[in-house]
Order: sequence, then C-alpha cells, then structure tokens
Amino acid sequence: MHRIRTISDLEELRQSILAKRDPEKVVIGVCCTTGCQARRSGKVIDAFENEIREKGLQDKVEIKKTGCHGFCEMGPIVVVEPTNSFYCRVGTKDVTDIVSETALKDKVIDRLLWKHPATKEAVVSQNDIPFYKKQKKVVSHNSGRIDPTNIEDYIAVGGYSALAKGLTAMTPAGVVETVVASGIRGRGGGGFPTGIKWRICSSAPGDTKYIIANGDEGDPGAYMDRSLMEGDPHSIIEGMIIGGFAIGAREGIIYVRDEYPIAIQHLSMAIKQAEEYGLLGHDILGTGFDFTIRISRGGGAFVCGEETALIISIEGKSGTPRARPPYPAIEGLWGNPTVLNNVETFANIPKIVLNGAPWYSDMGTAGSKGTKIFSLVGKAKNTGLVEVKMGTTLREIIFDIGGGIRKSKRFKAVQTGGPSGGCIPISKIDMPVDYDSLRDAGAIMGSGGMIVMDETSCMVDVARYFIHFLMFESCGKCVPCREGLKQMHEILKNICEGRGQRGDIELLSDLAGVMTTASLCALGGTAPNPVLSTIRYFRDEYEAHIFEKRCPAGVCKNLFEYVINQERCNGCTLCRLRCPQEAIFGEKKKPHVIDPQRCIKCGICYSICKREAIRVK
Amino acid sequence: MDLKKVDSILEKHGYRHSEVIGIMQDLQEIENYLPQEMLRYVSGKLELNLTRIFDIATFYKCFSLVPRGRHIIRVCCGTACHLGGAARNLEQVKRLLNVEEGETTEDLTFSLETVNCLGACALAPVTVVGKDYYDAVHPGKIEKILSKYYPESKRLPDAQD
Repeated sequence: MHRIRTISDLEELRQSILAKRDPEKVVIGVCCTTGCQARRSGKVIDAFENEIREKGLQDKVEIKKTGCHGFCEMGPIVVVEPTNSFYCRVGTKDVTDIVSETALKDKVIDRLLWKHPATKEAVVSQNDIPFYKKQKKVVSHNSGRIDPTNIEDYIAVGGYSALAKGLTAMTPAGVVETVVASGIRGRGGGGFPTGIKWRICSSAPGDTKYIIANGDEGDPGAYMDRSLMEGDPHSIIEGMIIGGFAIGAREGIIYVRDEYPIAIQHLSMAIKQAEEYGLLGHDILGTGFDFTIRISRGGGAFVCGEETALIISIEGKSGTPRARPPYPAIEGLWGNPTVLNNVETFANIPKIVLNGAPWYSDMGTAGSKGTKIFSLVGKAKNTGLVEVKMGTTLREIIFDIGGGIRKSKRFKAVQTGGPSGGCIPISKIDMPVDYDSLRDAGAIMGSGGMIVMDETSCMVDVARYFIHFLMFESCGKCVPCREGLKQMHEILKNICEGRGQRGDIELLSDLAGVMTTASLCALGGTAPNPVLSTIRYFRDEYEAHIFEKRCPAGVCKNLFEYVINQERCNGCTLCRLRCPQEAIFGEKKKPHVIDPQRCIKCGICYSICKREAIRVK
Repeated sequence: MDLKKVDSILEKHGYRHSEVIGIMQDLQEIENYLPQEMLRYVSGKLELNLTRIFDIATFYKCFSLVPRGRHIIRVCCGTACHLGGAARNLEQVKRLLNVEEGETTEDLTFSLETVNCLGACALAPVTVVGKDYYDAVHPGKIEKILSKYYPESKRLPDAQD
C-alpha cells in the first residue's frame, strides 16, 4: 500500500502501476454490476477463474471484474483485450472457448458477437455497434473499462489528477468559478446551475459545511446513478473531495438507496481505499486539507430524493420535506450550509476541473452543457444506459442508438423525468433534448429516465400508474399533494376500469392546477405532469376509455378481451393446458377458442403462445 | 431476542441518534423484521423516544414490524417493468400463493412485496426472490420460479436452476 503524500507521489504511483502491467497479458473483462449479475455474471467470473487456474494460465490471462458497459440488455457482457472482442449474453458454457480461442489464439468467436438485426452481420468491437456510435462517453467513460473495486485501476487511467490539480494549482474560489463557467446544471432533476449553488454555499456564513451526494435514485426507470456508483465509485468520491475543497467543507456524506447493495459495497470499498492511499482523510496530498466521506443508507422512501427530506433523513428522522427558503446551501444538514448534488453531477466535476470549463461548455446547447446519461428502456430494441451530448434529438436516441421499436410495433411516446415528468409524442421526435426543451414539451429532464412506449402501451394507464406510485410515496405533510393525489387516482382508476364520466378530464386538469400551485415540495408540485402531458397529447385515448369504454392499447383489464386468431393458432394445446381457469377449449391441431365468461385475463396464454395467436380485442 | 447482537450493533453505531435508521436496518437483518420488544429495548438503550422509532419504522418502506417469510419476493413495479406487464405478474404471484402485498404465506416460505425500481430496467420485467434476480418475467413463468424455493418433493419436475 502506498500512502500518497504529495502530487509527485501520485504521479510516481501511476507510472509504477503502468510499468507493472504486462503488455503481453490478455485481459478478460467481465461486467459485475447489477444488470449482468442478475443474469449470473458472477458464475461466469467463477468459471473463468477456475479455467485459468486449471490450465495454469495465471501469467498469461487476467480476469478483471468491470463496471457497466451500458448495453445491459445484452448482458452478461465480456470484453477480451487486445482483440477488443465484445461478447454478449455470455454463459458459463462459453468460458472454455473464450479462453482457448480468443485469449490464447486471438481468434474472435462469431456466435458471441453482437449481430445487426437486419443484415445479421457480426460486429467485433464495441465502438462499431450502432448502440455506441452516436454516444459520447464522458462521465461513463471509465465504467466497463476499470475494476471499480481497485483504486489503482482508477489511478492508472488518470484518476485523482483532477483532485491534485484542484488542491495545488487552484484556489477554492477558482474551482467554484470553473464549475460556474462550465455551465453544468444539476443532474438529479431540478437542473439548478451547480456552480451557482457552490458559490452561494461557499460564501454562506459558518465554519462547518457539508457536501452531500444524492444517490437515492428513486425515479422508476432510471438507473444511471446505480451504474456510476457500482462501476466508477472513485469519480464520485473525487468530485466530492473537490467540492469540499471549493466550498470549505470537511465532511461528505453519500446517501444511497438500500435497494442498491452492490453500489453500497463498491462505494464502501472505494472510500476505504482512498483513505488508505491518503486521498481521503487527514492532510490530503500534503496540502493540509482534511476531508472524510461516509455512507448513509436510505430506507426506501421516494420523497427522500427531495433535498430537504434527504437531509432530514440523514439526521435520523422520517424524511418529510420542509418549505424553502432557506435553501440547504445556506441552512442544510444540522442547520449548516450544505451543497447537495446528484452523484452524476459529482462524477462530472473531475473532468471539468481537469479539462477546463471551455472544454465542457463546448458540448451541449445554449442552456444545457455537457453530456447526460439516459436510461433508455421500455419498448426500444436496444435498451440500456446511453450517454449523449445535450441537444441530441429524441430520434437519434430512440431510433439510431435504441434501434427503433421492438417487434416492428409503432412508436407512441417517450416518458422522461420519472413521476414528475411527462410523455412526449411522435410529433416532437426531432426535438433536441435539453433541460429547457423538455420542460417546454410538458416533461422534465429529471434524473434521465427515458421510457419508450409503443402502441401496446395505454397512456391513461401510464398516468394512473404514476399517480398511484406518488400517492403511496407522498409523505402526507401537505394537503394538496396528499388529498389531490388520492382524488386524481380515484378518477383515473374509474376511467381505467370503465366507470369514467363526462367531465373527468376537466376535473383532473382543475385538480392539477391546485396541486401545482399549492404543494409544499416538488413531489406534489410536479405530480400532475404525467396526467397533464397525457391529456395534452393523447386526449383521444382518455375519450375512448370514457365514452366508448374501450382501451385501444389493450391494457386496462375491464375494457378488452383476449381472443385467439383462428388463422394463426395451430392447436398446440399449450394455452389450454396452462390456463388456470379452464377457459380455453379446442381439439389438438385445431384452432382453440377462449370463453370470455371464464377468462380472468391473467395473461398466461398471451405470454406463452409461441405463434402470437392470442390477441387483444 | 439475541441481546448480544443488538448491543453490538448499537455499539458499532456509537449509540448515535442520527444513525438510528442505519441501526434499525442492521437490527432488521437479525430476524428479517423488527420485533416490538427489540424496539422497546433499543429505545431504552439509546434513550430515544419510542414514538420516534415507530415513526421511522412505519415511514420507510424497508422496515417490517411483522415476521416475514424465508424468501422475500420483490416484484419490481418500476416504469419499464410496469410497461412490460409487472401488474399481471404480481397478480399471478398473489393468485398462486394466496397472499396480498405485504403478507406472508402461512408456512412462512414467502413474503410478497413490491419495489419501486431495482435499477435493472433493461431486463424488465424483473422479479427478485431472496437474492436471485429473474428477468423478462411473464405470468407463465411464475409458478416455475416459485417452485424452486420449495423442498424438492414439492417442486415442478422442470424447475430451472
């Protein structure tokens, strides 16, 4: 272990790590974060390690656990250097081949490569896959390349150089002004200029100040924060230390969701290693600056993503928001000035400090600088995390990177910004994505969830889903949010279940106005957005539910029936045998029928039919 | 109640009131829920009002005041999972186990919970049993998944590993 006491120590360490590396050694990188682990990448790693041990290849091949590559749908992902082969959906059965062919003979294994869906052409390198071509990886650059549990891997790629530069070549005010000039805005949802927040906090009176990283990623459908915490935890830590130096704080806290066990594990390891190397704690890099970081685990409350609620939660109470002002930058944790930023914001800071504000502000649009990670999920063909420059159009993200819609269905809408966001229709598909354009379209940037919907997604059901979500997550402190959500949910539920009435749409809009104006915090204030944006762009779907008692997408259970397409059904009997209600009849090898009286619409037949003969009417 | 374990957790957190949420998370790991007597004991040891402890225990979703099963089923109801049919999956689990959300089966094998988002959205719809993740779940798969957690004699013949 090397305790780093000066800047030159850090550079020496970096050189010695690089010198120790054997250029002849093959590196097999296996993603070990949540997405790939869910697909048993842990077993793949074990199998590789066994294989290497059994064949005595320890000197020739290295197995590296890496962070997320973003193309989570294709996991477990394995990348073999130096051929740079990008292997998808790797299982334990593929391990022997990868070692004997690719690692030892530099031969690429065709069956494991990504194939272009139209041309069936196999692509070897990650950069040639359309999913990656239009991306600009800045914040997520290291993730997937380095071992997040090994600080030396981070140092080897230039990690902690920004800290060294900030602490020795810059003043705290200089760091703040660099962040201001970069134009970066908060990546958690609000989009407040980060530099301005730092400036306010640094000039706020008080000797004790705090830095808090918000890793309470509550928006359903967004997971870039998890990926960063798991795949590149040191970049967040480095950003926080620089932040502490800039505003004059000596203590930092990372607030992480309890649902993210691997993130907590990797962050804890990273903090411990940074302390051991002298990059955290007392007298960092011999500059006399002290800074510590600890982790606070969340308890599964969505409202704790709101800054005042999060701070109260760290203080050990139930996290209910309070009125602002005073803002946390003036009066935050324990009443002291506190900078609270999203983990993705902090991960941007080392890049800004190292490369300078002009480099950063060159990317993006007039009001939104830099890059943003989006979680492109839902009905797109290629799903996962994508990082693009601000101002990239929705079409580029969904159709070029995402590859369009699955199963040749039609694109209907994209939902951005989580429960506070909205649904954007096809007419706005060429809109450049930034904070302001999304707001004008009735949605928000939020934390960067981008959920693609097709013709099988019911927009009224989506609105009901978000309101139901928020109804349970509302802390109940203020009336407009607590009661407004309950009433809105009641109306939407009635519409979805076939009890909608004339006037419901207007009533929803009225309620929305009151909630937006009178709620205490952003949870209630933005809660009507999913309803308002779906009414704005998909009013016809509401009307079909209310007046025709029909769910065009076939989602709302009371408003559709399952039927079997007589031409497609070949009488395989699978659905008949699995139906829990014995509602399906028919002879072997002859088309079957469903008895609508017995059918409870559990969806088993629909999901298991191999010929897609079961349809929604 | 294992007082030694409880005391060592309180010790680890230095009896700090600000860490009461972390303390309770650690305590919950002992028996998978927070028994009342344990909370009363902790309240005395920390010299912290019992109402504050119950406030926290009922506010945060991660805490349970009733015993839970050996395997906790968490059906993810995030947006991507919802679009993929999470609601149908949840109904199927309820039907098969005859429990509602937040309840435990009589034989204490399973507890059923929903979760807002597990951050594995590209694999939607996701359901987690204990620490095992299942991706692209549909109603037809659920019986097979659950049967893995019963003793071998009760398993379906083709239950996957």
